[in-house]
Amino acid sequence: MSVIVQEPQAEQVSQLIYNDFNINVATANGSGSQTSNNMLIRSLYKMGIPVTGKNLFPSNIQGLPTWYNIRLSKDGYLARRERVEIMICMNGATVAEDMASVEPGGIILYDDTLPIADHRKDVKFYPMPVRELVKAANLPYNLQRYIANMVYVGVAAYLLEIEMDEIKDALAWNFGGKTKPIELNWGMVTAAYDWAKANLTNDQPYRVRRMTGFNEGTLLVDGNTASALGAIFAGFTFAAWYPITPSTSIAESLADYAAKLRRDPETQKATYAIVQAEDELAAIGMVMGAGWAGARAMTATSGPGISLMSEFVGYGYFAEIPAVIWDVQRMGPSTGLPTRTSQGDLLAAHTLGHGDGRHPVLIPADPTECFEMAGTAFDLAERLQTPVFVLSDLDIGMNIWITKKFEYPEKPLDRGKVLSAEQLAKFKDEHNGQRWGRYLDVDGDGIPYRTLPGTDHPGAAYFTRGTGHTEYATYSERPHDWEKNMLRLAHKFETARKLVPAPVVDEVEGASIGIISMGSNHPAIIEARARLREQGIETSYLRVRALPINDAVRAFVEKYDKVYIVENNRDGQLYEILLVDLHEVGYKLVSVAKCDGLPLSARWITEQIAK
Amino acid sequence: MTATPTRTPAPRAPKLNLIGLEKNAYKGADSTLCNGCGHDSISSRIINAAWEMGLKQEKVVKFSGIGCSSKTPAYFLGMSHGFNSLHGRMPSVATGALVANRTLIGIGVSGDGDTASIGIGQFKHLVRRNVPMVYIVENNGVYGLTKGQFSATADQGQKLKYAGTNPYMPLDVCLEALAANATFVARSFAGDAKQLEALLKAAIAHKGLAVLDVISPCVTFNNHDESTKSYAFGKENETPLHDLSFVPSFEQIEIDEYDDETEVQLHDGSWLVLKKLDEHYDPTDKHLAYRTLEDARKQQKLLTGIFYIEPETPNFLDILQMTETPLAHLPEAQTRPGRAALEKLMAEL
Repeated sequence: MSVIVQEPQAEQVSQLIYNDFNINVATANGSGSQTSNNMLIRSLYKMGIPVTGKNLFPSNIQGLPTWYNIRLSKDGYLARRERVEIMICMNGATVAEDMASVEPGGIILYDDTLPIADHRKDVKFYPMPVRELVKAANLPYNLQRYIANMVYVGVAAYLLEIEMDEIKDALAWNFGGKTKPIELNWGMVTAAYDWAKANLTNDQPYRVRRMTGFNEGTLLVDGNTASALGAIFAGFTFAAWYPITPSTSIAESLADYAAKLRRDPETQKATYAIVQAEDELAAIGMVMGAGWAGARAMTATSGPGISLMSEFVGYGYFAEIPAVIWDVQRMGPSTGLPTRTSQGDLLAAHTLGHGDGRHPVLIPADPTECFEMAGTAFDLAERLQTPVFVLSDLDIGMNIWITKKFEYPEKPLDRGKVLSAEQLAKFKDEHNGQRWGRYLDVDGDGIPYRTLPGTDHPGAAYFTRGTGHTEYATYSERPHDWEKNMLRLAHKFETARKLVPAPVVDEVEGASIGIISMGSNHPAIIEARARLREQGIETSYLRVRALPINDAVRAFVEKYDKVYIVENNRDGQLYEILLVDLHEVGYKLVSVAKCDGLPLSARWITEQIAK
Repeated sequence: MTATPTRTPAPRAPKLNLIGLEKNAYKGADSTLCNGCGHDSISSRIINAAWEMGLKQEKVVKFSGIGCSSKTPAYFLGMSHGFNSLHGRMPSVATGALVANRTLIGIGVSGDGDTASIGIGQFKHLVRRNVPMVYIVENNGVYGLTKGQFSATADQGQKLKYAGTNPYMPLDVCLEALAANATFVARSFAGDAKQLEALLKAAIAHKGLAVLDVISPCVTFNNHDESTKSYAFGKENETPLHDLSFVPSFEQIEIDEYDDETEVQLHDGSWLVLKKLDEHYDPTDKHLAYRTLEDARKQQKLLTGIFYIEPETPNFLDILQMTETPLAHLPEAQTRPGRAALEKLMAEL
């Protein structure tokens, strides 16, 4: 075995660093490293350690470089952190830059067949005899490559003192209790652990240890799974979709969980339908048809998908059809960076379609909010009879997060203003002699009543069209009819302002600076505020959770001298929207926007605000 | 050979149908199409067929895309909900609506531009999924609403006033449907009231997707005698494959054996009776359907009738294995799992 003998240490490690460092695992995609990384995160999570994982993967099936960043933070900061203390090198294509990226004082675990270009003196190297250990394990040939990644789990477990029982439990969970894969993987982990114990001197400072106070009452889950579960518990009945990264796992989770949770107990028949459409145009068309006919209908897509859905979304706005559209954002424009995160679809989603129109947009910040907003989105879509967007992103959707446990939804489903045959028969009596009109606003909120096809009443039918129409849904090109209808739709949007989720505000007395942000930036903002406080800069924080914004946002901006709008896109799209809505106080707003495909870091945000 | 089978009783039309409605009750708004438009004849046939079959309009949904043809659902079955969707996108809308409420009867009206040009993709996937509905293509080979451009079904060499001469081979809607595994493929001519009505009834009774390509002359932009989509051409060149009769399930008629007839029983118990004009024609033989359509195309013959029918293939709703109660009407108790289910799955995460 090619063990590099460590240079003799002048002194023992004087101070151990517990639960507060960054591990970066460099592999090639398609090599099965995801399982190993998940095992590390899950073990650490079960030890009570605040931990977060960010997968930086290529748009590719097999062979291109992938990094998985695991951050441990005893203080509970879960944003992406740029600095790396522990590098695990499994990929020859990037090994030189990976080894160069480690902080001084850090350590490098590496597959001992990889070349070392620069023997840095300021880091410690730990070789791992991956090939020998795999050979000795006598694994089935087709599994060797995958299970080889368990070597770094075992070596890391030894060096960092990760509890082996937790790794074993994590494997059992991952493989659903299936004995064979558990044994094969566990065998590799223990072999590597034993090798490390026998051959390595643990003279590095990084350690983990069990802790309490943070992970209680939480889940470890990705946002797309949470979104799907949210839809299932919000009574979704129809979903149509077309595969696109990073949204695909919403539809797949939906199918997996619905098959278990949404069958009629007697007949075992499905209380839902999921259709993989031929493209995004068809997916949204099906959602429109289903929503129109009374289903709780949704689709999940990403930026290129919403581009294709544009015409139908405009139709849905104008013909007033409920629909829920999940946009798990990736970096655009165009095909862009399909496997990297972004908040670049805000303006597009908010205004999608030609002509005038605005759509409510919900912006979850973590998987728990994905779960909750799945229900809120359906309620709003059916209440407002309009397409509603939920803007998640790749960081929330595909990375696993520590997130608050989901609360069972107590509120009954809001199915909106739908008239049954009986209600239609009584409509005139109950509305001062006014007969029902599909696009007639009798309640003053801009929201008319609708009937569903199949309603057993000879007067229930109406003709849904994308062309100009009167309050009674008849064709019209009259200027007055057109404008009246459009003004009512604008009024309906004002109603939406009162119904969408309010922002979350954390105000600090004496602060003169405000921060406004949204979505997955939340963990980085929390950390940036703490860093700013260390520098003597107190800040207040408002997190926008929906468009249109409500009065709370204006009140917040009015209170502070300067308000930084922090977002993950180039143009400052939230900034642009706020600038229009709050133009009287627009001079206070400062755009802090960045787009490089990575989740924002606290360091960068802090620098922008402190400068 | 051309005698109509006499087993379908044709009593004087009663004033009221099975569910006690006059035919007028099946009308819609007044048509705004050009006088003499083939599409209006088709609307009349739909009204007749629906009335004679005693369809409850509240159970019918009408779908269309964009174009002259797609306006027509406003002109028939005024007590049915209608969805005039986007250009070429009616199939997806219909798919969603019919899945949301499986008790609805879907009738879609499209045109050749809407189906064979902008909508060919959605059309073929609708066919492939065998969504249970009637899909009518009112085919005139021309874009009417934008005043006379060629569609994808226009004949090669055809001349139009503004568009000039069409250099491309046409798409054949029936061949496209067959290639996408359609379970009901038929063609008719807007001027052939009797055959069209029989086909419409059979299409409504079919349990899967029924494609009805109806040659419907455009009196304004494409009614030159040499066009295969003109009245003159249709009248002169229409060659029915068979005489058709449709026997609804509620008419308990004995089916006698006739040597020169084929009967196809549809899933609701009704019968489609085809009296063969061509003694070799078997509408359950897909190869024959391909060959017949291809031959007719080569010979520039307007061949009408049922080219292919397969009544037993599971439709889209069968495949989805949904509850009997339409998705749209499931109560919250059935669509929101209980608290224990959430606790259990969170424990498993």
